[in-house]
Amino acid sequence: MTTLKCHKGIGPKVTGEALVADDNFSARYDLDRIKGIFSRPQHKLAGRSYKDKVLVLNTSKGGVASAWMLYEMKSRGIAPKAILFNNANTILAQGAALADMAMCDRFEDGDVTTLIQSGQMVEVDPEAGLVTIVG
Amino acid sequence: MKLTDEEQAMLAGEMGEPKRWAIDHQIKVGGMFDAAGMVPVSQAHMMADPESVGDAGVSFMEDLAGKGARVAIPMITDPRGVDLNYYRPLGQTEEMADIDRRTIAACESMGILMTNTCVNYQTIMPPVLGDHVAYGDTGVVIYSNSVCGARSNFEGGPSALAAGLTGRTPRYGLHLDEHRRATRRFVVREQPAELTDWGVLGAVAGKMAGSYWEVPVIEGLEVVPTSDEMKHLGAAMASYGSTPLFHLAGITPEARRLADVGGDQLKAEEISKADLDALRAGFGSKGDKIDVVVFAAPQLSLVEMQQVAGLCDGKAFKTPILVCTSPQVYADATRMKFVETIEATGAKVLEGTCFYNQYAREIGEANGWTRLLSNSAKIVNILGGYGYQPALASMEACVASAVAGEIV
Repeated sequence: MTTLKCHKGIGPKVTGEALVADDNFSARYDLDRIKGIFSRPQHKLAGRSYKDKVLVLNTSKGGVASAWMLYEMKSRGIAPKAILFNNANTILAQGAALADMAMCDRFEDGDVTTLIQSGQMVEVDPEAGLVTIVG
Repeated sequence: MKLTDEEQAMLAGEMGEPKRWAIDHQIKVGGMFDAAGMVPVSQAHMMADPESVGDAGVSFMEDLAGKGARVAIPMITDPRGVDLNYYRPLGQTEEMADIDRRTIAACESMGILMTNTCVNYQTIMPPVLGDHVAYGDTGVVIYSNSVCGARSNFEGGPSALAAGLTGRTPRYGLHLDEHRRATRRFVVREQPAELTDWGVLGAVAGKMAGSYWEVPVIEGLEVVPTSDEMKHLGAAMASYGSTPLFHLAGITPEARRLADVGGDQLKAEEISKADLDALRAGFGSKGDKIDVVVFAAPQLSLVEMQQVAGLCDGKAFKTPILVCTSPQVYADATRMKFVETIEATGAKVLEGTCFYNQYAREIGEANGWTRLLSNSAKIVNILGGYGYQPALASMEACVASAVAGEIV
């Protein structure tokens, strides 16, 4: 088991399957929120489902819409369980606070998109600032 | 986080449930960004278009309104997703309009001013140097920080609402001097000539900066950009880079000299003609067929409305044109007959909306629009994710292309 230390985050402790890319994130620009998939053709996760995943991405991009969108996505049950970034922007943090979604960033061991692989099970503890690869 | 007595009372619920929710939300967000306390803000500006708030978001606002929520400071709104005078012809549904109607009712009962604009810095009450504000809309924030010297983070809808209710926001990010120093230094050789050139420059600088926590300072500009040019520069930079602040050496108020923002200590990186051409190359080429031409993102100023009207006057179009402006500009543009001139051609002016937050995917599908042409570097960046193949050209070329039915 590997435990990664990050900055204190937002939201509840959760466990889920990682979906990782060295790419960025905007709920408005990148997603088909009805189907629950990445839809922007240029995105490295294009076509992949994000439902119940722990998304691991570089940073958050684009507009303010993502803040409402995380809450809206969660209300329909088609949302990631958690999002981990190298660097979150303010919008995604605000969205996580309203949606009560786990979010962490700033990992001490370097680039989180290389520290975690897609398919691994990870436990995210935002309050403690810890992410553990459990399987 | 250090809280005042009043903030403690809010958190304890002594000032009602809406303020308790608001300050609790702000403490969570501030905690993630190491805010030491709160800072009073003079205005809040909320993005709450129906596509992003959805039924869940509007129910949340109705719940707050029902519990007696009332804003503590002047609070205004970003563009709506539905022009309630013109939505069926776009293929928007009654359900979409209803979410907007409910949002408006909830906001009004909280004392929010339904300005429905992303150009409030041109039309409502521009913030001033050193003014702490809580603005939504990345284009509004980057303009206010960079051009006005105001201090705001990107405040998403929920956080802008929280700031409106408490009259303050967590003191982190752009509220602090240390996050306003330049971290990247770009040198421009190619002088932008018109709005789209400024947008392309912003897009390239945003892409190169690449993070909310980077602050570009740009040198080498030989002209002082107009407010509309700054608007396109900033909106594109924020869209491509999540960038909330830039400095233009010798032009913007915090960078009278390069050294004022620490730019002299940074390695100079050139933005070349090749960089600008590469950005444009991703967005259409001469002879491509087009389905719709859109002027939006940001909403047009009165000056842009005059320019569009001048270009449209007497023309017949093969391709539909949509123009989005604020209710404030719309009233003037109607009085000055710009709306009449534009609409006499069959083009349509929408009031208080912006195309990309009008259920762009659904209206694209309803009208068979995929190949969209715009002069906004911001909108072409956004719409790829909504199933469009966006193309970019100057305002003049956009209008000429609508006459030809293909990019000229």
